[in-house]
Amino acid sequence: MSSNRPVEGPNALDMLGTRFLWPGGRFGLSVDAFSVASSERVFLHGPSGSGKSTLLSLISGIVAPVAGEIRLQDHALTGQRPAVRDRLRAEQTGVIFQMFNLVPYLTPLDNILLPLRFAPDRRKRCLDAKQAALDLTRALDLPDAAVLSSPASALSVGQQQRVAVARAMIGHPPLIIADEPTSALDMDARAAFMDLLFKQTDTSGAALLMVSHDLSLSDRFDRAIALNDIAQPLHGNAA
Amino acid sequence: MTLLRLAFKSLLSRRFTVVLTVFAIGLSVALFLGVEKLRTGARASFADTISNTDLIMGARSGSVQLLLYSVFRIGNATNNVSWESYKDLKARPEVEWAVPLSLGDSHRQFRVMGTTPAYFDRYQYRGGRSLAFADGARFDDLFDAVIGADVAQTLGYKLGDPIIVAHGLASFSEHDDLPFRISGILEKTGTPVDRTVLIGLDAIEAIHVDWQGGGRKSGPSTPAEVLRTMDLEPTAITAAMIGVKSRLQIFPLQRAINDYPEEPLLAILPGLALQELWEIVGVAETALTGVSAMVVATALLGMAAMILSGLNERRREMAILRSVGAGPTTIAALLVTEAMAMAAAGAVLGAAMLYGGLLLIRPWLDAAYGLSLPLSGLSARDLTVLAIVVASAALVSIIPAIRAYRMSLADGMMIKI
Repeated sequence: MSSNRPVEGPNALDMLGTRFLWPGGRFGLSVDAFSVASSERVFLHGPSGSGKSTLLSLISGIVAPVAGEIRLQDHALTGQRPAVRDRLRAEQTGVIFQMFNLVPYLTPLDNILLPLRFAPDRRKRCLDAKQAALDLTRALDLPDAAVLSSPASALSVGQQQRVAVARAMIGHPPLIIADEPTSALDMDARAAFMDLLFKQTDTSGAALLMVSHDLSLSDRFDRAIALNDIAQPLHGNAA
Repeated sequence: MTLLRLAFKSLLSRRFTVVLTVFAIGLSVALFLGVEKLRTGARASFADTISNTDLIMGARSGSVQLLLYSVFRIGNATNNVSWESYKDLKARPEVEWAVPLSLGDSHRQFRVMGTTPAYFDRYQYRGGRSLAFADGARFDDLFDAVIGADVAQTLGYKLGDPIIVAHGLASFSEHDDLPFRISGILEKTGTPVDRTVLIGLDAIEAIHVDWQGGGRKSGPSTPAEVLRTMDLEPTAITAAMIGVKSRLQIFPLQRAINDYPEEPLLAILPGLALQELWEIVGVAETALTGVSAMVVATALLGMAAMILSGLNERRREMAILRSVGAGPTTIAALLVTEAMAMAAAGAVLGAAMLYGGLLLIRPWLDAAYGLSLPLSGLSARDLTVLAIVVASAALVSIIPAIRAYRMSLADGMMIKI
C-alpha cells in the first residue's frame, strides 16, 4: 500500500551499512540499507529474537554501531558521544512501548511534558507546552481532569496508551517509534488506538515506525517489512 | 520538569519507606546535635559557675577533685584545712579577700555549706554576676539559713520555714535539736548554688558542739541560747576562695600555698583546673561524638541500602526516562538528588527534634544536674554538621547511583519488569 501523503524533506531515518554486536560478541545485527521517509508509515515484523529490540536500540542511539551510518533526518547519530545521542533521541523521536509506558508517580500531564525536559528544541516548537499537551489529550479523547490530577497509574491501559501517544507526539518529533503498542489492547481498542495514532502522525507529519507481531495491522501501513529482509543477525566475530 | 521535582515526586510515591528513612536520619542527626549541645552546654555551664575568684585553696589532693568538691559540690574532700593555716594565709599581703567554705552536711538531697556573709559579696558567676535574693536576706542569726532557688522550688520552702540539717551526706542522724530558719531565698543562678543550703561557718561549729567522731555525745545537748553566746571559731574548713590584690600575684601566692610548710595544701586556678577537667573528659566526649557520628553514618548507609534495594523495581521507570532522552548520568543524578533530598529532610527533622527534645528535657536537666542548656539557634558548627550530613548522603548514594547508571546503560529502553 503506497502513501498518498506528500513526502517532503529528508528521510526521518537512514541506516547504511550498519553493524552492531552486543558486548561479548554473542549476538549482533547487520543492516545494509534501511530508510523511513518523512511522514511514511512503516510496519516492521519478525519473530522473537530476530533483533527487533537491537534495531530499535540502534535507531534511538541507546547503543552505537561498530560500523556504518545512522541518520535521524539530517542528524548523524553515529560517531556522536552518548550524551549527544541521548539529546538526538529526545529531539528526533517519540517512543511508545507496548504497555507500562508511563512513569507511575507522575500525572499524565507531567508524563507528556517529560520529553521536553531533555529536548529544548521540541519545547520551543510547543510555545505553550501545557496547552500543547492538553490539545493532544483532547484530540485523543482523554478527559482534562484525568490528565491534570490523577497519577498515571490510575488510568486504564487504553488511556495510558493514549497518554503515551501524546508524549511521543508533543513537540512534533519527525519519527515515532512504536514497539508493540497494541499488544495489551483488545480488538476494538486496538483499531481505535491505531486510528488515533495515524490521525496524530498525519496531523504532525511525523513518520511512524511500528514493530509488531500482529500482521493484521500491516495493511494500514505504507510499507510492511520483515526484519529479515533488511537485517541479518550476526554471531560470534562476524562484525 | 526539573530533576528536583522529579526526585520529589518519586520520593512521594514511596512515601512510607521514605518517611521511615528520613525519620532514622532525623533521629541520628538529633542525637549528634544533642550530644554537641550537651557538651558545649555543660562546658559553658561549668565555665559560668565561678568568676573573679583567683585561687581556690584546699587540702592537698588533685586539682580537679578540689575544684569539683569546692565549687560544684561533686565528690568529697579527702582532708580539711586547719583554721590556723587559713588565717595565716588570709593575712598574707597579696590576699585581698578570702572566703572559707565548710562542706560535709546535707539537707534532704541538697548539700549544706558553711561560709561567712562575705560569700554573698565575693561569689560571682557568669562573668561577674553576684548573688541576688529573690526573698529575704543573708543570715543574721546563728541559726539562719539561705537556700538556693532549686532547694526552695523542689522542697516548697518559703521564708521563715524551719530546716533541719542532717549530719554527713548520707546519714540518718539529724541535728534535729537545732533547727534553722530560712532567712533568705536566692534567685536562680544556673550554678550549684541553686542546690545548696548556705549557713554560717559558726553555725556549722554550733551544730557539731555535741558531736564527736561522727556521733552525738551522750548527755543533754547544748541549748541554742547557750550556743549563741559561745565562741564558735572553727577548727577546720574544707576549702577557701581567694582573691588577690594584683593578678601578678596569683602564681607567687599559689606557689606559696602549695609549699606551705605547716600542712599539705593545694591552690588551684579555677580556669586551669577546668581545662584539666576537660582534658580528662575529652576522651569520653570524643567517644560519644564518635558513636553518634557512627549512628548518622548507619542511618545514611540504611538510606543507600533502601535506594539500592528498590532499583530493580525501578528498571521500568529508568527505561521510560531513557526513552524520552535521559542519559544514564541523569538517572544516576536523579538517585543522588533523591538521597540528598531525604538527607536534607532528615537534617531539618533532626534539628526540629533537637529543639523539641530540648524544650522537654531542659527543666529536668536543670533540676537534676543544674545544667542550664541555652535554647540558642543552630551554631555555625551545627549548620556545618547538617551540610556534611547532606554531602555524605550524596557520597553514599553514589553506590546505588553507579548501579543505576550501569543498569540503565545495559537495559537502555528495554523494559525489564
